[in-house]
Amino acid sequence: MEENVVHQEHKNTPGYGYNILIWLTLISLTCVSVAVAGLDLGAYILLTALVIATIKSTLVINIFMHIKFDDPIFKLFFSLIIFTLFVLFVLTAFDILYR
Amino acid sequence: MNTNSHNIAHHRDDFGSKMGMWLFLFTELILFGGLFIMYMVYRVEYSEQFHLAAKELNLALGTINTLILLTSSLTMVLSIVAIGRGSKKISILYLIATILLALGFMVIKGFEWGAKFSHGIYPGGAELANLSNGEVIFFGMYFVMTGLHALHVLIGVVILSFMLVFLLRDKINKDNYIKLEAGGLYWHLVDLIWIYLFPLFYLLH
Repeated sequence: MEENVVHQEHKNTPGYGYNILIWLTLISLTCVSVAVAGLDLGAYILLTALVIATIKSTLVINIFMHIKFDDPIFKLFFSLIIFTLFVLFVLTAFDILYR
Repeated sequence: MNTNSHNIAHHRDDFGSKMGMWLFLFTELILFGGLFIMYMVYRVEYSEQFHLAAKELNLALGTINTLILLTSSLTMVLSIVAIGRGSKKISILYLIATILLALGFMVIKGFEWGAKFSHGIYPGGAELANLSNGEVIFFGMYFVMTGLHALHVLIGVVILSFMLVFLLRDKINKDNYIKLEAGGLYWHLVDLIWIYLFPLFYLLH
């Protein structure tokens, strides 16, 4: 039987160990963010929480969702979406902060 | 021998499948992105009341649920690694673990919401009506955003259950597991959204 297969690539994706390492990092970062939230950081509470969340999401997107290992077009499209959201956030923030 | 209809019957485009899944996930990101923008606007306006309201949330349960979702993302990706190496049984076990963790998340979410409901904190609830504007908005967004997320968890359970059946029937196998990968992408998106929901609602103390 002949199959007409287009683009079947599964090379360079990480194995069990590497994924478990990423998971351990994610768990540790969660513990750090919970511990840090207990401190009285004032205005920096939101900033630290968002920085840690962004590190975690970068790991999930790149490693678990294979963006790092896939065709660059996925990375490009993803970046465009994030950029669009970022613009929406910044414009809205300017509106509410300097109205 | 190799007619056109034969070719069409076996046509497969893994790249196209993955692109289709990603395009759908982009619409999901925009959907939740809009809600996060709404959150930002009200958080700026009702900063103190948000902190007050967030103290009512159960940090321990929220943290446990975060750990559960992160772990389910790991078992999901391990299930894909396993089928890629031809270990069908291991792949099935990891996929079942993913589904069970998802259900565990829902059970804990249920307890959390149940506790809020019994204290009269739910949309239209008696206790909620006595709170300040900012607190009402905080809980409104808490129920809408974690509710929409929980709906995605449930849909994820359904999708992954289908994947389990495909795996058992060898429709997903070592040479063709793009379905499992697409299901996995959806599941990771659910995890991704929670990564932001958790600090914004639970870590405000």
